[in-house]
Amino acid sequence: MELLTTNNVWMMICTALVFFMHTGFAFLEVGLTRQKNTINILFKNIFIITVGLLLYCLVGFNLMYPGDFNGFLGFAGFGLDAEAALDLTYSEGYTYWTDFLFQGMFAATAATIVSGAVAERMKLGAFMIFTVIYVALIYPIAGSWHWGGGFLSELGFYDFAGSTLVHSVGGWAALVAVSLLGARKGKFDKNGKSLVILGHNIPLATAGVLILWLGWFGFNGGSVLSADPALTSLVLVTTCLAAAAGGIASFIFSNILYKNFDLTMFLNGVLGGLVGITAGADQMSPTDAILIGAIAGVLIVLAVALIDKLKLDDPVGAIAVHLACGIWGTLAVGIFGELAGWEQFSTQLIGVASYALICIVSSYLIFFTLKKTSGIRVSEKEELEGLDLHEHEMNAYADFRMNEH
Amino acid sequence: MKKIETIIRKSKFKEVQEALHEVGVNFFSYWDVTGLGNEKTGLVYRGVSYSTSDIQRRHLSIVVNDDFEEITIQTILKSASTGEVGDGKIFVSDVNESYRIRTGEKGTETIN
Repeated sequence: MELLTTNNVWMMICTALVFFMHTGFAFLEVGLTRQKNTINILFKNIFIITVGLLLYCLVGFNLMYPGDFNGFLGFAGFGLDAEAALDLTYSEGYTYWTDFLFQGMFAATAATIVSGAVAERMKLGAFMIFTVIYVALIYPIAGSWHWGGGFLSELGFYDFAGSTLVHSVGGWAALVAVSLLGARKGKFDKNGKSLVILGHNIPLATAGVLILWLGWFGFNGGSVLSADPALTSLVLVTTCLAAAAGGIASFIFSNILYKNFDLTMFLNGVLGGLVGITAGADQMSPTDAILIGAIAGVLIVLAVALIDKLKLDDPVGAIAVHLACGIWGTLAVGIFGELAGWEQFSTQLIGVASYALICIVSSYLIFFTLKKTSGIRVSEKEELEGLDLHEHEMNAYADFRMNEH
Repeated sequence: MKKIETIIRKSKFKEVQEALHEVGVNFFSYWDVTGLGNEKTGLVYRGVSYSTSDIQRRHLSIVVNDDFEEITIQTILKSASTGEVGDGKIFVSDVNESYRIRTGEKGTETIN
């Protein structure tokens, strides 16, 4: 009983930390985009966390953890089970309520990743419809394949805290969304050359990344699913070392390529390291963690350049951070650490491919249907004058104006 | 009365202000301006290099009596100069009349 109390307190602290990550995402996305779209981004972020929790309560939790099921799709019924909640033998690590809330905080994250990638040009209504479907159905169904005890966990696929289950799931949808949506006006010139659209608040983006890093103490630390002293402290060490190595590798590599000290790449590198270590944070030695983080940092710089080359427009680098590094982190479980081995590596590949399949197909169906019906992109006038003005009829900095566009 | 408008480097503003103060020109308005010019600044953002011809400068508008015209211009010429391209410009024009709003009086008494 005492152990449960201790464990549960730690899990609730982690829940709060994961919740706080939504502040980090909001700050980062706002900072790396233009001020005329600030309200829109904040509105989406608040929508995701609020509606995400309600949907996770209504259907998500029981889709993701259906108990015994066929391994692909199961559902334990609508809503939460107050009777099950009374049973304190539910788990040694946490109560039923904590389990729900901790997992619920994760659920919304997948849609938040998409929010950044489609920023500054996507219709609010279409985004909200996507969020509802993706968070209520796709994320939990995909999650049940591994964390819910589905066919991928039977196969031996390993994703500790969600390099694939959370980050790639968001990243794949971001990739599909960005392809169907098209680039922001002014991102590429008529010859297809990549142009620059500056973020409007770099200090805010920096605060966002540091907040996300702090939140990751809960994201990975809580994924131990108890307060196990050896594991939780190891996980925090690997998490922080990977973040540090990711940042350093990213800024050095981008400095070699572009001859400047780009803070936004530094920031993305920190996040890349964090996403990269997430799949195997409890399996790695400190050296492994540093290597995984550093490779993720280099990968970020290459992925950002590749996405530009492909004429895709991802204002905040969400695809590079969450998809590229999510895949890398998942594969890294088969290369570094306790589980390393060819067999594990191929299982990790199967996992990555399975998630690619469900996420690409489902998000393509959602976005394509929306594109053909309500439309997913705002008008040119609206894009030029800002989504704040037209979608929200509000101004984020009404009395604070140095440079409006 | 003359209106002396000058566009100077922001980094030179304090020097110009102090130099004007020393010769007795204490009142003027100023605002920050962005101009376009031949000067190009090379920048890099997230691996994409770009250059901007936007030039950030400060615009001063000084109205003085005729006998202050020469000293004001000379002071600006001296204090705003670095010798590099982009030090700015001075424009001089005539002012027909000047009023002090509080008292309603007009003429040269209302300015320096």
